[in-house]
Amino acid sequence: MSNHHNNGSRAGETEQMAPSQCLKVFIQRDYSEGTVVKFQTRFPQELDGRLERQAFEATINRLNGYFAEAESATCSTYCEGCLACLTAYLIYICKETHYEKCLKKVSKFVAEQNQTVYEPRGLKLTDPSMRGLRVIEISCLDRPPNA
Amino acid sequence: MARDRITKKWEVFAGRNRFYCDGRLMTAPNGGVFLLTVFLITGTCTLFFIYDCHYLAENVTIAIPIIGGLLFIFTMSSLLRTSLSDPGIIPRATPEEAAYVEKQIEVTNSANSPTYRPPPRTKEVLIKGHTVKLKYCFTCKIFRPPRASHCSLCDNCVDRFDHHCPWVGNCVGRRNYRFFYMFIVSLAFLAVFIFACAIAHLILITKNEGQFLDAVKQSPPSVIVATICFFSVWSILGLAGFHTYLTTSNQTTNEDIKGSFASKRGQENMNPYSQGNVCLNCFYILCGPVTPSLLDRRGIVTDDYRAEISRNVMPEINQPMKNFGIPVQNGPSQVTLNASEMPGIYRQTTETTDSNAGSVTHLVSNEQPLAIAPALQKSSEHQYMSQTSLNQAPVYSNILSHGQVTLSKSQSYANNLNVTDKSDVGDLHLDPVVLRDTSAEKRKDDKLDNDMTLQEKENSLLSASRLRLLQDTTMIESALDLDSLDDSSLGTNSQAGLMKVVV
Repeated sequence: MSNHHNNGSRAGETEQMAPSQCLKVFIQRDYSEGTVVKFQTRFPQELDGRLERQAFEATINRLNGYFAEAESATCSTYCEGCLACLTAYLIYICKETHYEKCLKKVSKFVAEQNQTVYEPRGLKLTDPSMRGLRVIEISCLDRPPNA
Repeated sequence: MARDRITKKWEVFAGRNRFYCDGRLMTAPNGGVFLLTVFLITGTCTLFFIYDCHYLAENVTIAIPIIGGLLFIFTMSSLLRTSLSDPGIIPRATPEEAAYVEKQIEVTNSANSPTYRPPPRTKEVLIKGHTVKLKYCFTCKIFRPPRASHCSLCDNCVDRFDHHCPWVGNCVGRRNYRFFYMFIVSLAFLAVFIFACAIAHLILITKNEGQFLDAVKQSPPSVIVATICFFSVWSILGLAGFHTYLTTSNQTTNEDIKGSFASKRGQENMNPYSQGNVCLNCFYILCGPVTPSLLDRRGIVTDDYRAEISRNVMPEINQPMKNFGIPVQNGPSQVTLNASEMPGIYRQTTETTDSNAGSVTHLVSNEQPLAIAPALQKSSEHQYMSQTSLNQAPVYSNILSHGQVTLSKSQSYANNLNVTDKSDVGDLHLDPVVLRDTSAEKRKDDKLDNDMTLQEKENSLLSASRLRLLQDTTMIESALDLDSLDDSSLGTNSQAGLMKVVV
């Protein structure tokens, strides 16, 4: 799942989409702190018995951490923005932004979590940026949609 | 679609945007005005560089062409970035996600109830202690995130939607607001600079020749340049000032016009998105981190992806393949009113829901048509008797008598739903009403606007006409989110309008 935000070098092929017909759980965004990307840590009922609550929360918290890092207004991100502005935004053609790097980390983390935690349990996380950062999709690979 | 060639995701993109360079560049449809902008800027600058700059560089200082050149490059670069990049479009939900959301918001209907209760189409969330209403977007099948709005021209939900600007030929949203702002500001500097230089050129010639008319005869391009700059500089300066104010207070044009954060009835209403102070707001908006495009435009369409975006979730739904350029039908039963052929006036998404056996079909519309001109309303009354409910509510709301029945619970679950008569079931004219108001009506609107500024009970009419006025006078507001005014300006009035329809 390394297909992210990078012009040209997306590896759409490596991604294995979840089989189409299965139960899917969607973790919604948590807007309590504004429009920063943050996902709800409430454990979905559908995953009861499939996944430990702690494992789920750890994943979501870690993801939220990555997004907080991506959106944090630190000195370096401001410098990046100012530099881009000074170069009439031409720098964006050749340089990757801080946010893009963070999203890559997210993709990597999701892939790693899938391998170690989710796939052994018959679940699959979908990279939230594949869903426009609206939701985290967790597919239960062996359950029909209406179970 | 041919299987042997690779299809990129931009080719099957659901909105109405146009893509160039194999998906690298994207812009809104109808880029005519954008080309005019480019032509005006480059034309004026070319004249300036050939005639005035040449003279001033020889007679005054070499710094003038350098400064002018840098400003021009900066302006054009930000303009092109604004118009050719993704404004922050929120990708539409996959059918599965939509079905999941639908299941979550389902309300329990008692089996023998005569009316069917559709699920609520708004959701309230708490943002830093402020309640914010999220509205469901029938086209994108998502609850729009806070500050996002659906652009009727591009047919997409755009994050931190500011406005759709025809001058730059794109929506202005979270991702390109900084480019837009820098474009406006640098254009203001450029226009003032060129104007000053052209005038200086004319004055220097006048000094040498003695007569101003001789100077005009000697350098007519300077006069043209000065005239263009003189007339454009005021609106550009005004816009730059306005956006500076918005930036410092971390608001969008959309929120400012809707008055989302204005204090209402003496009640303080803070902007929950503000960073705290003016400098932080500016930094955050202009230099802060920004989300990369979420569209994955150049990603390859795999069979899985194709299946994902077009799969039928419920048996009766036939979700069409979302093809670029084709207006997409939506809603659970595929009855859609798409008034986007008439951009700027209003946009409605309507659907009928008749899932309960033997139940009554209700016409549900999540978006209030706010800026319907009176002329349109009058004509629609005779011509579209059966769909009066679609376009009446706010404008007539203040002339209702009080003898109306109150709303029953099932009808009042959300302010922004219109419910039709039962007799309309077989006769749903869902064509968009494409009528533009006459200029006479517009003038009436303007007059009303002036007369009623203090009357709170006519709030809804005021804001509707204010929007219309804005839209008529400036092109930039042409795609503001006219359909989702805050409750502050609608509130009870829209319910009153609803009552009239129901009775």
